[in-house]
This record gives sequence, structure tokens and C-alpha cells, in this order.
Amino acid sequence: MHSGILVTGLGMISGIGLNTAESIASIESGKPGVQEIRYLKTRYRGILPVSEVKLDNEALAGISGLDHRLTRTALLSSVAAKEALIHAGGNFPKHIRAGFFSANTVGGMDKTEDFYPIYLENQHSGHLNAVIHHECGSATEIVAGMLGIRHYISTISTACSSSANSIMFAARMIRAGLLDVAIAGGVDALTRFTLNGFNTLMILDKEHCKPFDENRNGLNLGEGAGYVVLASEKAAKELGMTPICSITGWNNANDAYHQTASSPNGEGSYLAMQGALSLADLQPADIDYINLHGTGTQNNDQSEGTAIERIFQPVYPKMSSTKSFTGHTLGASGGIEAVLSCMSIKEGLVYPNFNFSTRIQSFPFEPVTVFQKGQRIRNVLSNSFGFGGNCSSLIFSEL
Amino acid sequence: MKLYIQGTGAVSPVQSYDAGLFEQDFSPKTVRRLVCEEPDYSSIIDVKLIRRMSKVIKIGVAAANFALKEAGIDMPDAILTGTAYGCLEDTTLFLNRLIGNQEEMLTPTAFIQSTHNTVGGQIALLMHNHGYNNTFVSRGFSFEMAMLDAHLLLQEGKADTVLVGGVDESTDVQFHLLERMGLFRRNPVSTAALISDPQKGTICGEGAAFFVMGKEKNAHSLAQVKAFSMIFQPESSEEVRNQIRSLISEQGLEVSDIDLLLIGKNGDRRSDPVYDDVLDPIFPGMAKGYFKHLSGEYPTASSFALWLAGNIFNKRKLPDCLLLEGKVNQPLRNILIYNHSNQIHHTLYLISAV
Repeated sequence: MHSGILVTGLGMISGIGLNTAESIASIESGKPGVQEIRYLKTRYRGILPVSEVKLDNEALAGISGLDHRLTRTALLSSVAAKEALIHAGGNFPKHIRAGFFSANTVGGMDKTEDFYPIYLENQHSGHLNAVIHHECGSATEIVAGMLGIRHYISTISTACSSSANSIMFAARMIRAGLLDVAIAGGVDALTRFTLNGFNTLMILDKEHCKPFDENRNGLNLGEGAGYVVLASEKAAKELGMTPICSITGWNNANDAYHQTASSPNGEGSYLAMQGALSLADLQPADIDYINLHGTGTQNNDQSEGTAIERIFQPVYPKMSSTKSFTGHTLGASGGIEAVLSCMSIKEGLVYPNFNFSTRIQSFPFEPVTVFQKGQRIRNVLSNSFGFGGNCSSLIFSEL
Repeated sequence: MKLYIQGTGAVSPVQSYDAGLFEQDFSPKTVRRLVCEEPDYSSIIDVKLIRRMSKVIKIGVAAANFALKEAGIDMPDAILTGTAYGCLEDTTLFLNRLIGNQEEMLTPTAFIQSTHNTVGGQIALLMHNHGYNNTFVSRGFSFEMAMLDAHLLLQEGKADTVLVGGVDESTDVQFHLLERMGLFRRNPVSTAALISDPQKGTICGEGAAFFVMGKEKNAHSLAQVKAFSMIFQPESSEEVRNQIRSLISEQGLEVSDIDLLLIGKNGDRRSDPVYDDVLDPIFPGMAKGYFKHLSGEYPTASSFALWLAGNIFNKRKLPDCLLLEGKVNQPLRNILIYNHSNQIHHTLYLISAV
């Protein structure tokens, strides 16, 4: 067993709060972020509920200090990454090899989709500044600049597992001795592009989503960002960081079943979880809480549940999906849920699966429905699965 | 670095499969934008699937297929893709309809295929590969990050063979927008004269290049990636030079051991001087080769340069059209690739004969 890479800082922003503390408080008081659309300009306002970050771009820029004209993706990323960095003790000294590992699926689409109708009418009109940050990698570079990180700036895009993969990549870079510290996670802003895309797939619930419920009816989209600060033991000691927990297991596997649907037996999810357990040298019984991918679609929850059954039967750990609070934040979800997983270990929390009422008939387990405090949580398994068959699992462990 | 190229495959604006570039004479084109010479996909992909696939998926899947074939394997342990732009054609298609239909009556296919991991996901799906699968979208470092992940996987013992590639497509909208930003030549230029007559702007390009990488030399090994490196927004040419010097010396080599510099000059007078400025003080009079007159400029073009270097060793031949200046030391043992993308992302590879 390897000793793991230390987690020394956390930062998140989503529909349930502008930082980690606010988010936990919202979960504890049962206040989901999923509401009527307020900021996104779309014809689905009032029709499809989403979990928006409850600030406009000017206000977001006010928190992190970035230019408000930048993409919402960059602004959301900057707020959460800055929180994580400050939590870990602030800027890294120059001799420390630091990396910024982010992830997203939309890049600067929020600006591009405002630019594009103008461009379609006249190919010589529309401000190019609106599309200059369209690439996914652009938001990462902007925020890395703000954080004072120049080397190892990486952006991953594997749909809904994007930020789990960026955390995994960062942990492996530190373990290989190529880096001392890293800020890792991901971000996504809500766009008409994604809202309409998911709507064509007919997997958006017009009501509040009900992950892992027999009568679930689809997902609610969300937006936000989540980052963890990872450090080698040596770097954490040298920088006087206070470790929160460690990341001991990770694995990335492919379902190789369908571009968007998950396989009935959850092969990809099974391999992801199994590989993470094996790397952490843990038995299923060592897991005290699973933060489910749990989108609330028929397909995901059936597939993920089947994979969980294959691994954990007959004794199931506590589990829940926090997506009924945050919405499915796509490229940010792995990062946000990593932050919640680390807080689970640190504070002994188990989060309720909001809106749950009826157990899925075919499964012998069901999610937790009450907020629990003061639990001993030794290891948390966090799942992130996505389009393209991309399945990733992370394990965070107490120190 | 224990990193061997066991197989290569490319689809690019020059014929880079079958009897391609290495057997045929180079025929210059007069263009502002180079597009891929695409193979007959029907021998590679199910005909029913081809129709639904956009260009970036097809060239990616085909290049991956060529690389696996050359390496003599059909199931790599991991699949890694680097793409700065992702699936532009499907993204544009979905955006057009979204705007045209005012968010109504949309169909999912273009959206489904617009996600950046579509190429890597499709490669896995077509061969039922359950292994590690990752997609990097780190602009001009997208391919290098994928290669770095490949290197880590091999080091960790997590994989014996890794399929890794760089792919980007050019679309009408992307070309036109980058043109408005001033990236391209105003008038068509002969690709034979692109570098010799530098002006403002370059030519747009696209392509896919995939590699099977392993950590042991085997019968299929055609070259070794001894080292590679990324420098983000270097503060000076000296910073890049220092990186080059340490890249070479860490391999126990001398500057004089480099036989060819393969550089990313693209005919843009604003950014081409960087190459000579960085390299000439270290390598005075050294032979220089180039490749962007074949590939055009795109963010993962360094993968095409690596494909060229691999094939120069594999075929023991340096096509005349690659040589920019100087005389190449024979036999060719070490090639240094130096590319930069808009002076922001600088990449270096040290490739050696096996």
C-alpha cells in the first residue's frame, strides 16, 4: 500500500454555496441549489430547473479579482481554486514545483453561444474577444496565471468524469516525483449548448431530480467548480500545510458499451471502483461512504447500482448522491464531489440523498436520507462516470 | 526515458499512409488552408458508422488503426488522446441548429459527438477496450500531456502498450474566425515557398497522428523518445535553450550528437524568428528540417512532427521536401523536434534511432 498523496486544501462553488462552508451548511439545512433558471438566457427558463451559481459574472469576478468579461467557466474556476489555495496556506514559493490540473467540458461556450448568432447573420460582425477563450484549455491557463502557476498546466475533458481524471493525473504526477504540489479539479458553466444537448437526450427531469429512486426521471444540470490541493508529504511538511486526508485510490476504465449510455452490468463503473480499491489496498468493507455518481437517470443509476452490488454485496456502506443538491455539474462534478468527500472524512459527515423516497426494486440497498455528523468515516469512494464510456473512481482516506 | 515508439499512424494533408510521403515526390499546393488527404475508411470502420462520424473522429480512428497495425497489436492497455479543439464540426452543427431552431426540435447526434472525448471514446468502443482512457485539451500541449500520461502509465507498470495521439480538425467557421484574428495569410501561398518567403500569417492545417508506445524495445520499435519537454510562455530564448541543453545532457549526449533539428516554422514572419533565435547559438550550422508546409498550423501539429521523426528512422530516409537548410549527418541517430504554438506553448522532443 502506498501512503497516498495528502489533501491540504479544498475549494468549491456551486448552486448550494459560494464556498465549501456555505455548501455544507446548505446540505445540512436541506436547501438544494436546483431552482428555476435565473441567469442563463434560454427559452427553458421556467420549464427546466437547474442549479445555477447564484451570482452574475460581475459578482463572481469581484470574488476572485479576474476580469468580469472573461468566460463564466474561468470565473467559476478562479473562485473555487482560489479558495482551495488559501485554505492550503496561500501562494506556493517559487522553488516548489506546482501544477494546476483543471477540467471542463464546455470551455468558453458561454461566450461563444452569445457571439455565434451575431456571426451567423454577418460573418464580419461579433467581437472576437468573445471567442478567443473558446478552447477548454484557455480557462485553465487564465486561472493558473492568477494562481501564479506556470508549469504543468493541464486540462482534461472526459465529459462527466473530467475532474476526477484531473485529480487522478495530479496525484500520479506527485507520486512519480514530478511535482511537489498541485491544485486539481474542474469546472463547468451552464450554457444553452449543454442544456439543449441534454434535453435532446430526454434525460432532464422537469422536476427536482431523484437519484437512486425507483421513480427517478432524469437529471438536473448544474454549474460550479471544485478543487483539492494535493501535496507530497515532504512538500506539505516544508510548507507547514495541515493535511485533511489523503487520496489513496484511483482508477480510470472505459465502459466501451455506447457513446452515451452505460452498460447494464456497469462494467466500466465496476472496473473503476475495483481498480481504485485495489490501488488503495482496501477491501469493500473498508469503505464507509460512497459519494455516488447518481445522476438520477434511469440508465446511470441502474448501471452504477449494479456495479456496486457486484462489488459490495452483501454488506453495503452508506451512500448518497449529492447531485439532488448541486445538480449535475458535468466537468466540475468530480471536483465538487471530491471536496465533499474530503469534508466527509474531516468532519465525519454523511450527506443525505435529497428527494429520495422509494428504493429501486432490483437493489438490496438505498441511499442515506438524513444528514449525519460525527461519524467515523475512514475511506470515501467517489464515482464519476461519463459519455464516451469514461468511468473514474477516487478513494479518499483518513490519516 | 524508457519510451519506445512501436507503431505510428497518421492522416494528414499529405499522403501519410500506404505509399505516402516517403515514397512519392512532394507536390506543392497553393492554399491558405490544408485539409487532410483522407484514406478509404471502409476497410477500417463499419460503413454504417462512417456516415455518422465527423472528420475528426474518422481521421482519429483511422490513424489509431494504422498505428496499432504497425505495432502488431489489436488491444492496447490504454488510449490517450490530445485535442485542443475537440469536435468542432459537430459542435458547430449543433450550435447552428440550436440558433436556427431557437432551441427547439433538436436531435441529439451532433451533441453526443461534440464532446471532446468522442475520438478516444470511439476508439475504445470500436475495439471494446475497457482500459484507461483519457483526453487532454491543454491547447498547444494537448498531445504532450497525453504523451506524459502515457509515460506515467508505462512507468507505473499500469500498461505495457499505450495508444496515444494528437488530433485536431479544421472547419469553415474555425478557419474564418482564426483568419479574422489575423492568423492566416491573406492570399494563397505555395507550400513550397511558405518558409522561404515569410510574411504575416501562416496556413491553417489539421491532422491526426497516433502512436503505440511501450517501455521495452521490441521487434516493432522504430524509434525511442529519449525525452520530451513543455515550456509554457518562456520568459526568454535562453530559458528554452537551457531546457534544450539539459534535455540533451540528461541523456548523456552532447550537442554534437544531434543530427537534425525538426522545427515548427510556419511562414509567419512574426513568430518564425523564435526558432533561429533559440537554436542557432546552440547548434550553429546544424541541419534543419521543417513540416508545417505539409501539415499546416494546428495546436497538435507536434504529433505530426513526431510521426515524421519516427518514420525517418523507420524508413531510414529523409524526404527531400523536409530539409530546410544544412547538411544532415549520416547515419541519422538523434533528432530534436522544437515546435511552438503561437509562441505560448513550446515543445521539445529528443528522438533517437533504436
